This record gives sequence, structure tokens and C-alpha cells, in this order.
Amino acid sequence: MAENTAYDRVKAARANNRPTGKDYINALVDNFLELHGDRRFGDDPAIVGGVGWLGGVAVTVIAIEKGRGAKDRLTRNFGAPNPEGYRKALRLMKQAEKFRRPVVCFVDTSGAYCGIEAEERGQGQAIAENLMEMMTLRTPIISVLVGEGGSGGALALAVADEVWMLENSIYSVISPEGCASILWKDSGKAADAAQSLKLTAQDALDMGIIERVLPEKEMGKEGFYSVLRAELCAKIEELEILPLPELTEMRYRRFRALGAQQLAGE
Amino acid sequence: MPFIDFFNFQPKNELEKGGRQSAPIAQDDNEPAKTCPNCHRQIPLSQLWGNDHCCTNCDYHFRMNSRQRVSFMTDSGSFTELYAGLCADDFLRFPGYPKKLETTRNASRETEAVICGTAKIDGRECCLFVMEPYFMMGSMGVAVGEKITRIFEYAAENSLPVVGCTVSGGARMQEGMLSLMQMAKVSGAVKRHSDAGLLYITLITDPTTGGVTASFAMEGDIILAEPGATIGFAGARVIEQTTRKKLPQGFQTSEFLLSHGFVDAIVPRAQQRKTIGSLLKLHSGGAENG
Ligand SMILES: [Zn+2]
Repeated sequence: MAENTAYDRVKAARANNRPTGKDYINALVDNFLELHGDRRFGDDPAIVGGVGWLGGVAVTVIAIEKGRGAKDRLTRNFGAPNPEGYRKALRLMKQAEKFRRPVVCFVDTSGAYCGIEAEERGQGQAIAENLMEMMTLRTPIISVLVGEGGSGGALALAVADEVWMLENSIYSVISPEGCASILWKDSGKAADAAQSLKLTAQDALDMGIIERVLPEKEMGKEGFYSVLRAELCAKIEELEILPLPELTEMRYRRFRALGAQQLAGE
Repeated sequence: MPFIDFFNFQPKNELEKGGRQSAPIAQDDNEPAKTCPNCHRQIPLSQLWGNDHCCTNCDYHFRMNSRQRVSFMTDSGSFTELYAGLCADDFLRFPGYPKKLETTRNASRETEAVICGTAKIDGRECCLFVMEPYFMMGSMGVAVGEKITRIFEYAAENSLPVVGCTVSGGARMQEGMLSLMQMAKVSGAVKRHSDAGLLYITLITDPTTGGVTASFAMEGDIILAEPGATIGFAGARVIEQTTRKKLPQGFQTSEFLLSHGFVDAIVPRAQQRKTIGSLLKLHSGGAENG
């Protein structure tokens, strides 16, 4: 069998039949209660957050939801969050910090929404605030990229102690189509752009951007979820015994190191 | 120096479409001049330079390179550059990137898209970073992220405030995911500096978009903007394509952000040094005349 090209993985990451954020919550979290709203403007259906039990551990779970079926997808804005979605996520993370609950995020977005109202409500500021606050949040954070990891809109839920990616998920600074139209004025060359952007899970692992690539064998089936649940619980247990200053120091160092090897001219 | 009318200042985005017609300013025909994109007058370079690179007719703020901005903003001879040679190569073997780096380095005579250092502004010591519009439009790659991170770490160690002037099209796609990660890295350093009780002032200049808006441009304790600058997360064209709606007048300008609550104040160039200097003084913890 020929090896998957980067663009094959882009297509797989975007496939409609892939489990969405809510599927992960439903399968992994017992007694999940969804908590709505950012307490400032509204409730963003593109981000689902709440509390429940992961194995025996009380957790806060936040997931970007692309929706299932035409109507739901429209309601969810195809998983493109607005500022109030990021602000809801931050509110729930701060709540998790207060009650010493670990945070688990499931990320799947083509990017933060590019809309007039999103700009009016400060899309950039909302993402920026999450990056800052997540860096020092005094509770463990694990982020799992389950589909598309579109630029800053994905990173705003992925400043974590560990970041994992499913083997066909992608993580990219720009969409391959966007990149191709800038580079070659031809969005049809997206496959070439995907190759150049190094956006696969394996690429991210090689660059130290993520800790784990999760196989997709049996994806969406009970066996797949029970392995993922066990891995998340084991990692949470490992992170929870760390003193909080050490945990946040490690998180800072994790991101601080990114790009250091690529520097020259000192 | 012309008096600047804060309220009647016309953002350039609206004016660029039609523009006002007016007679050219009297000048020596031999002197090189620049056409103002706002009022379309020919402004002799000597007049432009003598006016902080602002149009002498309509006060349109022309783009300034990072060295010009440093010398305009800081006390004479007070700037000491740090991490000057830091750069990154084409580590992803990205199509066309080596050529692009070579061209932009030759044209801008800078190694990277930001300069950092220590300086005094109106007698107050601070750390400073100034992004470079003539280096791939201030695009943020790993070297930009590292330099800004280091200046925040240096400022935290030495209990100094940071003044940052942003201009950027966002993360540098030629450096892939590692450029995106710089948003988190710099934000972490900003947070630590902030948690130490230290001041960070951002001065947003034209244009500041994408990953820089979604990180350190919007993380200042006090966010200032130049008049008429384009500031936003997504590009205007992308928003038009996504929403298929006509964008409102003055969308994504400094004035738009001010009215939506995302900018503290719009400060024309002629007042920037004094405003920033007095903010540094106000946060220095001493007595008023100290
Ligand atoms: Zn003019």
C-alpha cells in the first residue's frame, strides 16, 4: 500500500464521517453536564464544554464541535468558534483551576471564525487571552487534536502540558488551500502546499510540537475509546502528582523550547 | 508641527478608495517626493522626514522602518540592541523561502523582522521591541518569537517595563507549525512578565493582523494604536469571502477597535513619545516628580 501523502491526511482529517468533538465527550465522559455561555456575550455552539467523570476522575472537558448533518453543522458554524467560544472555554478552565480539576480539550477546527462580528468582539484578543492564561493555569491540561488543527483557532485550546494528535489529524499554520493561493496564486495546488507545510501528526511529533501520535485503528469504536480513556487517565495521574509550580514551569519550558533548534546567527 | 484633530482624523482605508483632490504643495522640482496615499499630494521627503513621516497636509501616517521608529521614539543614543544576529534558515526546505529571505534581507538590511533592545523614552528606562514592516511585512517566524520572548525574559529579570511596536501580517507560513508555536511561546513570556507586576505597553501600527493580533499585540496592559492603522485577526478579503457580506466602513481600523473596546487610545505619532514616557513614569512607582 502506498504511503499516505500529506494531502490524503488533510482529506481524512476533514472527512464528514469522522467522530466529532461531542462523540469523544459522549464516549469517554460519564455523567457529562454541559455548561453554557461565556457570561459576557453569549454561548458559542461551536465549542462544547462541561464537567463529568473520566474513568474515576472529575474533569472539565472542552471540545470544538463541527456538527453532524447539514442542520447541526450550520448551527455549530462548522466548528469555527467565535470569540465567545474561546471566552467560554477560558471561563471553564478557570473554574477547573479553582476546583483542581484537570482539563481535557478535543480540538477540531478549520480555524477561528473569520466574520465581521467575530472581529467586532475581538477574535484576536480572545485567542491571545487564552494563550496567556492557559500557560499558567494551575491544573493539568491535555489537548487532543482529533481532526483539523487550524492555526490560532486550534492553538487557543492547545496550550497544554501534553498535546496528542490522531494519526490522520493535521496541525497547520495556514490551510493548504490558503497557502497555495498565496504561494502559487492557485488553490488547486493545495496538495503541494500540504506537503511543504509539514502539517501531519508525524511531522509535529518530529518537531517536538506534540508528545504522541494516536493510531486510528478502530476509530470511533468502543475499543478505541477505552484505550484513549485509559491513556488520558494515566497521563492525568502522572501530571496530578506534580507540585503546581513544577507543572506550570514544565509547560512554559515545553513551549519555550519550540524553535530553539532552528535558530542560527547567535 | 500641525495640530492633530483626534476626532476628525480620517482613517486611510476609507479615503484610499476615493481620495481628496488638492493642489500640490509648493516644492523644489528637483527634490524627491512621496505621494500621500490619503490626500494624493506630493510631499517632499525632507518635509516628510521632518514631520515624523506624517503627511504635512493631512497627517496620514506613512510607514516607518524599525530603525527610524527606534530613533524617533527613544532618547538620542539610548538604544542598545540585543540579540541582533539571531535568525533562522529555511529549516523546512519551503518552496521559494531561501530566495525570499535573501531578497528581503538585502532590501531591508535587517536579518529578521524585529529589533529588540533596551532604551530610554523621555528619560525612562525600558525594554523595547519594534517589528519591521520591510522584512516580509513583520512576519513572525521562530527568530522573531525567540527575540521577543528573550526581551520579555530580560525585562522580567531586570524589573523593566516593555514597550512593543507591532506591525505584522501574522505567523510566517514558510516556517510552518513552529512559527505558530511562537504565539504561545511569546504569550508565556508576556504572562510571566505580567505576573511579576511589570508594565507592557503595545503600540499597534499599520498593519497588525493574524497571529500577532491573536497574541502579544493584544496582551499589553495598555494598548495604543497609530491613527488609521489596520488591526484585525482575519484579513478583510478572507472575511468577505467567508461571509459574502460587504464590510462596514472603517472596518478593522484603529478607530473601529477603539469604539469596540479593544484599544485604550489612539495616539498620533507626534504625541507617542510623550504619552509613552508619561505612562512609564506613572508606572515607575515613584513620586510624581521622582
Ligand atoms: Zn496627505
